Amino acid sequence: MLHIPLLRAGKPYRSLATGTLGHLATGEPVAEISQANSGLIARDLGRVVNARKELEAHSTPELVEISKRAGKLFAEADLPLGDDVQSADDYVLQTSVTTGLPQSMVRANMAKARFVLEEMETVLGGLTRGLDLAILDRGFGEQDGRTVSYRREADVLGAVLPSNSPGVHSLWLPAIPLKTALALRPGSREPWTPYRIAQAFIAAGCPESAFHYYPSDHAGAQQILLRTGRSMLYGDRATVDPWRSNPAVQIHGPGWSKVIFGADQATAWEQHLDLMVASVADNGGRSCINASGIWTPANGREIADAIARRFAEIEALPLDHPEARLAAFPSRAAAESLSNVIDSQLGQGGAEDMTARYRKGDRVAEADGCWFVLPTVVYCEDASHPLASAEYLFPFASVVESPQAELLDRIGPSLVVTGLTGDPDFQRELLTSTHVERLNLAAMPTSKVAWDQPHEGNLFEHLYRQRSYQGVA
Amino acid sequence: MNVATEGRLTQRARDARAALDAHVREIVAWHFSPETGSPFWLDYASKLSFDPREKVRSYDDLKHLGHFEDEWLRGGPVRRWLPKGFEGEPLAVFETGGSTGLPKSRLNIHDYRIDYSQFSETLSDQTFPKGSDWLMLGPSGPRRLRLAIEHLAQVRGGIAFHVDLDPRWVNKLIKAGKHQEMEAYKEHVVDQGLKILRGHGNVKCLFTTPKLLEALCEKISVAKAGITGIFCGGTEMNAQFHRFAREELVPGVDFVPTYGNTLMGLACSKPFDAEARDYTITYYPPHPRAVLDLVDPDDPERVVEYGETGRVMLTTLTKDFFMPRFLERDEGERTEPIDPYPWDGVSNLRLFTRFEESVVVGVY
Repeated sequence: MLHIPLLRAGKPYRSLATGTLGHLATGEPVAEISQANSGLIARDLGRVVNARKELEAHSTPELVEISKRAGKLFAEADLPLGDDVQSADDYVLQTSVTTGLPQSMVRANMAKARFVLEEMETVLGGLTRGLDLAILDRGFGEQDGRTVSYRREADVLGAVLPSNSPGVHSLWLPAIPLKTALALRPGSREPWTPYRIAQAFIAAGCPESAFHYYPSDHAGAQQILLRTGRSMLYGDRATVDPWRSNPAVQIHGPGWSKVIFGADQATAWEQHLDLMVASVADNGGRSCINASGIWTPANGREIADAIARRFAEIEALPLDHPEARLAAFPSRAAAESLSNVIDSQLGQGGAEDMTARYRKGDRVAEADGCWFVLPTVVYCEDASHPLASAEYLFPFASVVESPQAELLDRIGPSLVVTGLTGDPDFQRELLTSTHVERLNLAAMPTSKVAWDQPHEGNLFEHLYRQRSYQGVA
Repeated sequence: MNVATEGRLTQRARDARAALDAHVREIVAWHFSPETGSPFWLDYASKLSFDPREKVRSYDDLKHLGHFEDEWLRGGPVRRWLPKGFEGEPLAVFETGGSTGLPKSRLNIHDYRIDYSQFSETLSDQTFPKGSDWLMLGPSGPRRLRLAIEHLAQVRGGIAFHVDLDPRWVNKLIKAGKHQEMEAYKEHVVDQGLKILRGHGNVKCLFTTPKLLEALCEKISVAKAGITGIFCGGTEMNAQFHRFAREELVPGVDFVPTYGNTLMGLACSKPFDAEARDYTITYYPPHPRAVLDLVDPDDPERVVEYGETGRVMLTTLTKDFFMPRFLERDEGERTEPIDPYPWDGVSNLRLFTRFEESVVVGVY
């Protein structure tokens, strides 16, 4: 069977503790995965001096070039996978059958990572706001006539990663040209992308010592968060909450992204139907940038009804179908369990599943041995209903009506907000709302991401600290 | 294994079984006799339709007594477990593990001394030198390990230095998601251990838990600190940890994994075969004082085949404590007898899969 080893400073290590990853449809084993014991992770991360020196031996422009080459290799090349070789097609198939993401979406996510790698200079320009990258090599320099200096805050960026979608990996890619090694703990069902990216970087000429890859249990993940000077943590609320007060950990929790209508646009909602459907359903609804809420001062029921009609057209299709728009759940039981949770919340009253009347059959459906939860939109009569703030790993959204004057106080934390309004006062309120992380003040889906913009914090600012510098120019 | 060796082992296994049956008769007679038995077991027997001393004539006959329930150990009066035959002797009470409810406790009169004296016989005099001192870095407090390690050091002519770790506090920190506080506590414990190692040059032997060993080795080379033998236990260890310990944490230091708890004695591990590099940990209980069976989780009356996975069923047979057929929270694979231990063992011991979701195993 295919075996995915750990990478300890780039060197493959076959653990005696292993886990088996199964095919979602057949249950057949796809790969055996080495599991890192927490002590091994702690030991390695206490000895990363070589990685720092080897990365520092390259200039930032050299590392940007390496990133570009890695992008092409990631998307096209045969790369090592343990003792085997993985082609790009193998990668797409393997990722699809273990995460449930349709092959077409895996390819789209692969293209995102390639884009970020190949456009690294632009991405870094966005993250650093146009800093001359030579300043990072030299440690100080002149920018717009002012002396600036930056200090790196960590030798290693830890990343405790999710399984939902390979697109999230694009966020940590700039760490390498920012001369920071990586300690990656992949999601249990998605070991593929971080491993392949590491191999692409190594094949492109990046020092292998920059890559630590540790599939592990929660204790292993905890070691990564505790022992890297800076880290990123993906997870649900229960996972991320204990780390929120730790400035070394950048939190990537639930998104609760939203499309928000101003009163001026709430009557013109039909113009934005495609935008709303895309915001909720793109990438199988699996991303934190997918909207889980549509908030409007008026016409909520009409909006929900129109989305429901469109959602009813989305079918469960095999993962290799080119038109597949839904991602499969790990099992029938998992799909039914989630559907039951929604039914239970609907049972409290005050919310209606608007999709039910248009859907052919149950909310849970099967295709080619995989199990899916079909797109669902609910209309909530009140913003305090639990479904009004729910976020699930499939195309799900609640449409909530709220007076514009109260709306921004009630939305809660929102990773991406697309604000549909021409009202300058409301635009100003959106711009100043502390609930809103990413703001689109334009008619674009929440799922449309500009990679040179910060996302739940700015990776450059997470890894580097501007400091005072006076001295030799 | 050649035919003669195999034949000798079969005979030794048969002899061990006969000794076990005789031991069962002796222990049942002790605990169920009005002259020597404990109030708990005498009361238990009074509700049976038979006299255990007549009905239970072999190890297999223990099935007539059903399965011991550890809930019986929660709360008092703890003296209901005191065999009349031991009245007037000094008593100790030991509590189990790291749970935070009302602790389960058991009386101990002689067991920990006997168990650890026997265990001492299995230790190498080269790597656990007689007359050298010990560092006990782990959960002491109300647990058996406190006195047990002290006794072990004493029977080997040494002194035990103690640093306590409170596993109940650790479990609370984990459940509350206070990871950094837990790290700080672990560091506090390890720092105390380091001071002892630096201040007392005769400490050559170490008892600690896997996680504390990892933490200690982040700070120092235990070999350079003078440690030559490590007795490791307290929580589960898998083959990967075993390998990691031998290859990276403590190369060149004698590493002895063990399995034990308050309810039984101490199970030794199969000696490590350096040539085969087989890191599987296989434990053998201290026959006839304790027996580990691997049983079908859905039918605990069926002992699984060799190599098959089963739930651990533990029987303790001492004059201090009688605990027939207790279904543990662990599982593993049933393993064949070996020359030093001609009775069944258990490999790859781990948390019982069905309990995995509900049990917190912390740094201890």
